[in-house]
Amino acid sequence: MTDHSTTPEDTGALLSVSGVDIGYRTGRRTETTIVRDVSLDLYPGQSLALVGESGCGKTTLGLGLLRLLPRTGRISAGRILFRRKDGRRVDVRTLGKEELRRFRWNEAAMVFQGAMNAFNPVLRIEDHFTDTFRAHESGRGRRPRARILERSAELLEMLHLDPARVLRAHPHELSGGMRQRALIALALALEPQLLILDEPTTALDVLTQRAIVERLAELRERLGFSMVFITHDLGLAAELSDRVATMYAGRLIETGTTRDIFHRPRHPYTSALINSVPSVSGGRTLPESLPGGPPSLAALPPGCSFAPRCAHALDRCSRTRPEPELLQERDRGMSHAAACLRSTDTALFAEGATRD
Amino acid sequence: MTDRTLRTTPPPAPETTAADGGPAAAQPVLTLRGVRREFDTPRGRISAVAGVDLDVRPGSVVCLVGESGCGKTTTARIAAGLTAPSGGSVLFRGRDVAAMDKRERAGFRRSVQYIHQDPYASLNPVRTVWSTVTAGLRRHRMVGGRAEARGAAAELLERVDLTPAEDYLDKYPHQMSGGQRQRVAVARALAMNPQVVIADESTSMLDVSIRVSMLNTLGRLRDELGVGFLFITHDLAVARYFAWEGEVAVMYLGRVVEHGPTPRVVGDPRHPYTRALVSAVCEPDPDLARGGERFRLRSADVPDLTDPPPGCDFHPRCPLHEAGDCDTVRPPLVRHRDRSLSCHVVTRG
Ligand SMILES: Nc1ncnc2c1ncn2[C@@H]1O[C@H](COP(=O)(O)OP(=O)(O)OP(=O)(O)O)[C@@H](O)[C@H]1O
Ligand SMILES: Nc1ncnc2c1ncn2[C@@H]1O[C@H](COP(=O)(O)OP(=O)(O)O)[C@@H](O)[C@H]1O
Ligand code: SF4
Ligand code: SF4
Ligand SMILES: [Mg+2]
Ligand SMILES: [Mg+2]
Repeated sequence: MTDHSTTPEDTGALLSVSGVDIGYRTGRRTETTIVRDVSLDLYPGQSLALVGESGCGKTTLGLGLLRLLPRTGRISAGRILFRRKDGRRVDVRTLGKEELRRFRWNEAAMVFQGAMNAFNPVLRIEDHFTDTFRAHESGRGRRPRARILERSAELLEMLHLDPARVLRAHPHELSGGMRQRALIALALALEPQLLILDEPTTALDVLTQRAIVERLAELRERLGFSMVFITHDLGLAAELSDRVATMYAGRLIETGTTRDIFHRPRHPYTSALINSVPSVSGGRTLPESLPGGPPSLAALPPGCSFAPRCAHALDRCSRTRPEPELLQERDRGMSHAAACLRSTDTALFAEGATRD
Repeated sequence: MTDRTLRTTPPPAPETTAADGGPAAAQPVLTLRGVRREFDTPRGRISAVAGVDLDVRPGSVVCLVGESGCGKTTTARIAAGLTAPSGGSVLFRGRDVAAMDKRERAGFRRSVQYIHQDPYASLNPVRTVWSTVTAGLRRHRMVGGRAEARGAAAELLERVDLTPAEDYLDKYPHQMSGGQRQRVAVARALAMNPQVVIADESTSMLDVSIRVSMLNTLGRLRDELGVGFLFITHDLAVARYFAWEGEVAVMYLGRVVEHGPTPRVVGDPRHPYTRALVSAVCEPDPDLARGGERFRLRSADVPDLTDPPPGCDFHPRCPLHEAGDCDTVRPPLVRHRDRSLSCHVVTRG
C-alpha cells in the first residue's frame, strides 16, 4: 500500500505488486471492481498473512497474483512484477499462455480454498502427482515416472504422510487433514519460489491445523520459499507469518510486521478482528463482536469504507477516504502503515487498550 | 430417575458448579446413559460412540470437544433422537425416549433442537427464509394463516439479530452469507421453543467476527430463555468462552476421557489428549504462539477405527504412555479430584 514499488527499480523483492485493481463482470456491460489499488512487496523467504472477513477480496487477490481468475474476472490496472528463478523480472500481467503455464508450479503455486474436497475422486494420489509433473515440466527437464514417484514420496514424507499408503490411495480414503497435506506436497512438487495458500486450515480440527502449521514452518525452513497465506483465522496469522496485511472491502487497510499488527494495530478494523478471537489462556477477556458485515463492494460508502461499523468514526470519516499513512518505516517491505484518519490518535490505540 | 440404567462410570459430578447455586444445580433436561453406537462399514464394524454419559441442565452448557471423527456428531445426533443408539439410553426430563409413545416423542423432538454444523448444507435451497423458519410451526398447526406465520418468522429473525426482518423474510439461502444462513438455522430451531439446543460445530466455518456474534446470540438464549446446550466444537478456546460456567467433556475414539468444569479442564488440562488439544490452539498473539513448549503428540493421525489399539485407545499417540498398563488395559473413567479422567498415569498421582 505504501508505494515503494512504483519505481520499476529492482529492490530485490520476489514479488512486487503495485496499483492492482481486479474486477468481475457482473452484467453485459457492467463490471464490479473488487480489489482496489493494492500494492505490496514480498521478499524472498517472507511469509505474509492476508487477513480479513469473508467477501473482502482475499481470494480474488490471491488468484489474480497467479492469473488464475475465472473467465469473468479481470485485472484492470497495476503491475505484478515477479523475479523468476533465472533472475529475470517479469510482469505476470503480460505473460503469454505458454509462459504462464511454465510460471505456475515452477515459480509460484497455489493451494485453493476448499481444494482438499476437489481432488479428482477417480484418480489415485500418485496420478495427481504424475499429471502435475507432466503438465508443468518442460521438454528436456522432464523426469521419468519412477523419478516422479520417488520425488513425490520425498515430498509426502516431509509432510509426515506415509507415501506407501497415500500414493496408492484414492482421495476419499484419506482424512481431510491428510488430503490437505497431500495438496501442499503437490503444490511444492516443482519447488516454486512462492506458495499461496487460501484458507489452508479452515474447517479442519485444531490438531490437524496444528500439524499443518508445523509442517509448513518446517518446510519453509528447509526449502526457503516465500508464502502468502489467506486466512480469517488471526491465530494462524500470529503463528505463521512475518508480516500481516489486513484487507477490507477490497483494499489493504493496514500492513506491518506480525508484532506491529498484533501488539500495535493502528486501524480499528484490525484491532476489532484481533479482539474477536477467543483465547485459551490469559485473563478471561471475552472476545468482542464486530457488529454488522462488510459493505457491498458494488456500492461502497463514500469516505472510509469501515465507517458504518467503526466505533471511533468521526463525521469526517464518512466524507474523506483515508490514504495509507506510513507509521514506521522499515526495509524489506516491513514498514507499518494504516489507512485510517485516526491512526496517529494514540489514545485510541493505547497499549493494553486492545487486549490485556 | 436413573433407576432403570446402571451407570458404567461415575457421574461427572457437577458439585463445583452446583455449589454456587447456579443453574447447574437444576435437574437435567437431557441425559445420556452409557450411550453406544456401532456402524458397519465396508472395512469392518466400528464403534463410533462407546459408552457416553452426559447431563444437560437448563440454562447451562455441556461442551463436547475432540478432533474430527471421534464421535461428537454421532453422540449429538443420538441426543437429538436423530440416530438410534445401539445401546444405552437417552432420557428427556427423566423419561427414556425409547419408551415414549408417539405424542411424547413428538414433544421430545420439538423440545430438543439440533443445529447442523454446515450452514451451507443445512437449509433447503428452494425455500424462502420465512417458509424455512416456520415449517415446524405450520406442520404442528401452531400458527394460523400465512400472515401469522410471516409475523412469527419476523419475530424469530429479530431474536437472532437478522434485522430488519423484512429484508430477510423472502430471501433464499444462496442470497445470504454463511453467518446469515446459520442465524436462519438458529431461528428455525427457536421456533419450536426448545428446552435444549444441540449445536454441532456451528461456528467452525465462519469468520471470527460472525462467530463471536453468533456465540453471543446463543449465549442470550442460554441466559434469558434458560435453554440448555450441548455444544460441539473442536476448539477449546471456543469452549472456554461459551461454556465458562458449564462443563467440558473431551472425547477420544468414542469415549469421554476427561470431563469437568470448563475453567478447570481448559485452564489445567490433565489428560494427555486434552493437553494436546489445548496446546494446539493458535493463539492470537505472536509471542505466545512462538514461546513456550508445546505438548506434542507422537502421531498426527487418528488410528483406524476398524482396528483400534489395545489398552488405552490413545497410547500410540500419547507422549506420556508407559509400557505395561497403557498398552494392555483400557483406563476406566474415574473421579479424580475436581473432574473425571481416564488415564493410568495421571490418575495414579
Ligand atoms: N452413518 C455412518 N456410517 C458409517 N460410519 C459412520 C457413520 N456416521 C459416522 N461414522 C463414523 O463414525 C466415526 C465418528 O463420526 P462423527 O461424525 O460422529 O465424528 P465427529 O467427532 O463429529 O467428527 P467431525 O469433527 O469431523 O465432525 C467416524 O469414523 C465416522 O466416519
Ligand atoms: N467469479 C466471481 N464472479 C463475481 N463475483 C465474484 C466472483 N468470485 C468472487 N466474487 C465476489 O468478489 C468479492 C470478494 O470475494 P473473494 O475474493 O472470494 O473474497 P474472500 O476470499 O476475501 O472471502 C465477493 O463480493 C464475491 O461475491
Ligand atoms: S477513518 Fe474513521 S471510520 Fe475509518 S477506521 Fe479510521 S476512525 Fe474508523
Ligand atoms: S493411559 Fe497411558 S497411553 Fe493412555 S493417556 Fe494415560 S498415559 Fe497416555
Ligand atoms: Mg476466500
Ligand atoms: Mg462432526
